[in-house]
Amino acid sequence: MEAKIKIASLDFFYGKAQALFDVTLDIPKRQVVAFIGPSGCGKSTFLRTLNRMNDTIPGTRATGDVVIDGENIYSSGTDVVALRRKVGMVFQKSNPFPKSIFENVAYGIRINGIHSSKDDLNDRVEKALRDSALWEEVKDRLNTSAFGLSGGQQQRLCIARALAVQPEVILMDEPASALDPIATQKIEELVVELKKDYTIVIVTHNMQQAARVSDRTAFFMLGKLIEYNPTQKMFTNPDEKLTEDYLTGRFG
Amino acid sequence: MEHRIIDQPLGVLQEKLMALGSATEAALERAMQALTTRDSELAQRVLDEDVAINQMELEIDRMSIEILALQQPAAHDLRFVISVAKITPILERIADHAGNIAESALVLNNEPRIKDYVDFPHMAEIVAKMLRDSLDAFTREDADASREIIKRDKIIDEAYHRVFNELLEQMIQDPSLTTCAAHLLFVAKHLERIGDYVKDICELNVYLREAAFIKHSM
Repeated sequence: MEAKIKIASLDFFYGKAQALFDVTLDIPKRQVVAFIGPSGCGKSTFLRTLNRMNDTIPGTRATGDVVIDGENIYSSGTDVVALRRKVGMVFQKSNPFPKSIFENVAYGIRINGIHSSKDDLNDRVEKALRDSALWEEVKDRLNTSAFGLSGGQQQRLCIARALAVQPEVILMDEPASALDPIATQKIEELVVELKKDYTIVIVTHNMQQAARVSDRTAFFMLGKLIEYNPTQKMFTNPDEKLTEDYLTGRFG
Repeated sequence: MEHRIIDQPLGVLQEKLMALGSATEAALERAMQALTTRDSELAQRVLDEDVAINQMELEIDRMSIEILALQQPAAHDLRFVISVAKITPILERIADHAGNIAESALVLNNEPRIKDYVDFPHMAEIVAKMLRDSLDAFTREDADASREIIKRDKIIDEAYHRVFNELLEQMIQDPSLTTCAAHLLFVAKHLERIGDYVKDICELNVYLREAAFIKHSM
């Protein structure tokens, strides 16, 4: 199992409040890792340390190592823009730009100068939309507003937007929590499909979703990593009593 | 959390399994008693009551599936439902073997007694105790006790071979006893099979407690 991301002794602070305590874990290449845990356990904070998205919040501080492909992303020379291109992100609430469907996907390709010609740009947009399982639904209305799409389609558009800039890791923060069951199922199928090419980390409150889509699951509580195990092990026979209590709904 | 929604159906499931276990124990005990005391009425009762046992099996099946579908249990809860769902048909089959012993009793009770059934009550006693202990171990989730019960199956196997040889000898010495002896052979075989089934229950007890699969490894 080759690790794509190696996290070691990571602490994280919002001002003086410590949100993560000494987290150490490896995220394997081209697998899906799910982070679960009660609200406020630090799972989203942890997700956002993986592409330094927390840097945008004033007063935050991380200590420890997050090493992606052998490079510590918290070292001083890190190009954060390049990092976020390599480690893309999809949020809970879909947030398309107030532009056409095409432009939403083309935007990242353009500003990063990835395309070589107009045809290449078109091809890249199409590929991103195909890879996000949206192409068939939007190919005839690429120039209409992204806001005309359903919630599930908008979320897949955001995934297409993330894929368009050729990331290697995709972070998903509760990507289906605002969607209906059918749209949720499509996102889940997409996650499983995408892991052939990408390393995926997904935060979810839906434990059955974690069970369905992930290869490994990490359980967090009060900023600490309580257990990290293969998902089938976690859901049939967790090592830790706290995990057992959480999975079986014994938390009060 | 003091009380979870899933606790209620899990509690009912356990009660139903215990009821099936008691009915199965009773069937085995009565079948053997019908044989040793030549009580055909009791043998018939065992056969009549098997219908209720089959109903209990279906009811537990239905409920296990319902809990899996509606409550989506995980971890220990999941292992509990799986264990119950797998122990249930084992108990039903044990009851079927008790029914088969009762059928043999109905035949044998009309024939002259060919042999003191000395080894049968002994064998049946051990098997019945194994069954009772395995169900107790399930309730207590006692993996150590379950492993110990599994070892007792050897005694049953030895008793079976002893009985088998004795009956074979009787058939050779007096061919007129062949029908009776053959029926007794069946009885011995049923008891031996029940011992194997109890072993299966104990293996599931270990799974419930430790999530370990010890089947085919002991």
